Amino acid sequence: MESLAPGELSQLNKRIRQDIIRMIGAAKSGHPGGSLSCVEILSTLYFRVMNVDPEHPRWEGRDRFVLSKGHAAPALYAVLAHRGYFPPEELLSLRQFGSRLQGHPDMKKTPGVDASTGSLGQGLSIAVGLALGGKLGGKAYRVFVVAGDGEIQEGQFWEAAMAAAHYKLSAVTLVLDYNGLQIDGTCEEVMSLGNVGDKLAAFGFAVSEVDGHSIAQLESAFRLPAQDRPKCIIAHTHKGCGVSFMEDQVGWHGKAPNAEEVARALSELGGVSS
Amino acid sequence: MNAKEIRAPRLAYGETLVKLGAELDNLVVLDADLAHATMTTLFREQFPERFFNVGIAEQNMMGIAGGLALAGFMPFASTFAVFGAGRAFEQVRNTICYPRLNVKIAVTHAGITVGEDGGSHQSVEDISLMRSIPNMTVLVPADAVETEKAVRAAAVFDGPVYLRIPRPPAPVFIEAGAKFEIGKADILRDGRDVCLCATGLMVFQAVQAAEQLHAAGIEATVVNFHTIKPIDERLIIELAQRVGKMITVEEHSIIGGLGSAVAEVLSEQRPVYLKRIGIQDRFGQSGTPDQLLEAYGLTAANIVGAAKTLLARQAG
Repeated sequence: MESLAPGELSQLNKRIRQDIIRMIGAAKSGHPGGSLSCVEILSTLYFRVMNVDPEHPRWEGRDRFVLSKGHAAPALYAVLAHRGYFPPEELLSLRQFGSRLQGHPDMKKTPGVDASTGSLGQGLSIAVGLALGGKLGGKAYRVFVVAGDGEIQEGQFWEAAMAAAHYKLSAVTLVLDYNGLQIDGTCEEVMSLGNVGDKLAAFGFAVSEVDGHSIAQLESAFRLPAQDRPKCIIAHTHKGCGVSFMEDQVGWHGKAPNAEEVARALSELGGVSS
Repeated sequence: MNAKEIRAPRLAYGETLVKLGAELDNLVVLDADLAHATMTTLFREQFPERFFNVGIAEQNMMGIAGGLALAGFMPFASTFAVFGAGRAFEQVRNTICYPRLNVKIAVTHAGITVGEDGGSHQSVEDISLMRSIPNMTVLVPADAVETEKAVRAAAVFDGPVYLRIPRPPAPVFIEAGAKFEIGKADILRDGRDVCLCATGLMVFQAVQAAEQLHAAGIEATVVNFHTIKPIDERLIIELAQRVGKMITVEEHSIIGGLGSAVAEVLSEQRPVYLKRIGIQDRFGQSGTPDQLLEAYGLTAANIVGAAKTLLARQAG
């Protein structure tokens, strides 16, 4: 499967959401809310934007991807599997002993994973290093990093934001999966983020804001030029998007659905419970 | 064994980076606004395009170093030990060591010989922290000559390495032609009565202590543990068999450093009495390096005293 037309992609996104529910249901642990919120972001990148070759996951010229919010690994794994990095049948091994699909992304185990992540706030620094390396090595690849909104409470994120602008890394695109929720509540009540767009613009990013569930809006934001500075796309999303009882619910950050909930979710997503 | 000259190991670090920079196109150097102290400024002067000063942001520096390694470069990331091992610990663990990226963390200003800056800047626990991370290799050179050897060995080695380098100028006594092999401790002197296992600046103190002991009719073996991890288990067991009375000496807390590493091997494989000389679970303070070494019991005289006490205890 190569790059997909937007219509085909929204069909696939349904399938990816079903996979996420099945995977986390089978694993009996995982993070459904933040996985479901970034489906369009990840699939648009891998099927419409990024220059990658699943046959050669370590191809030097490929665009790089860093999932800074590593707990959304199920979404990344489903997208990678459908993109052809490994068989989709393997998805149900998520979080099991001996699986290539660890609880958080592990570049040593999973084909297509460019960076090991999971500890929040570290992904943008890795992306800065990758982009500096690309510049120094004369390679034209781009680096995409997806971070959660709560994650930017980590101080290191702002250190990295400062560096991305300082080094004028136009190859870096940061996507904020702005779903407004974190484990302990809304970002607003836990530690309010303020005007994130203004903050990142002040740090030197070219900032745009989109509906993070709109493939068309995401794609046009990804294609916006950014001269001599990094880009940030604030993608407004809904945690748990696609499953009515999970949508915008704090409680579904890190809880696995039981069998009955899996069945309900799958029927909403037009899939068959299995 | 006498010192040929006095030279700062961190100066040797900077100079070695310059030499390696000419040999290795993929070598890059990062610093966190301490380039004039860590001496990476020497590299910056020669290879400005391969030098990145990330500002006062050690956590970010470790992440950027990880990204540069992912892009095919070999980063040497430098700062003071207290920040590289302490402040950025979890970045070193998760971004660098977990995926076993080829990043060298070369820190200076380790231990109490930082001197006047005081306890906030004197890392007494960095070996312990770095040694505990899977995939990490820990090197502690004894002088300027060995610093060059350690830096070169780290550059050849594929994987994360923590290099611990002191601040003050120190006696140069390691032979220029000496072999340096990661994981293999070097016997500097053979003696049947007591075994002095030392690392870093304390190796020279141990050598001097051995000379003083010889004058008192006590023959000491002196071993330079330039590698704390992987520790040279085979040699430790052999020394325990051959000499039996063991003393470790380090400019680091007795908790988690060389003393602990040696104790771990001995207690499981060949229990013998072991005396750990080091910083006794306390922070440093301001003073000159020599005043502090004296105050914290890290001089040749302290080693001589410990050896005599140990021998008396064993005799009695």
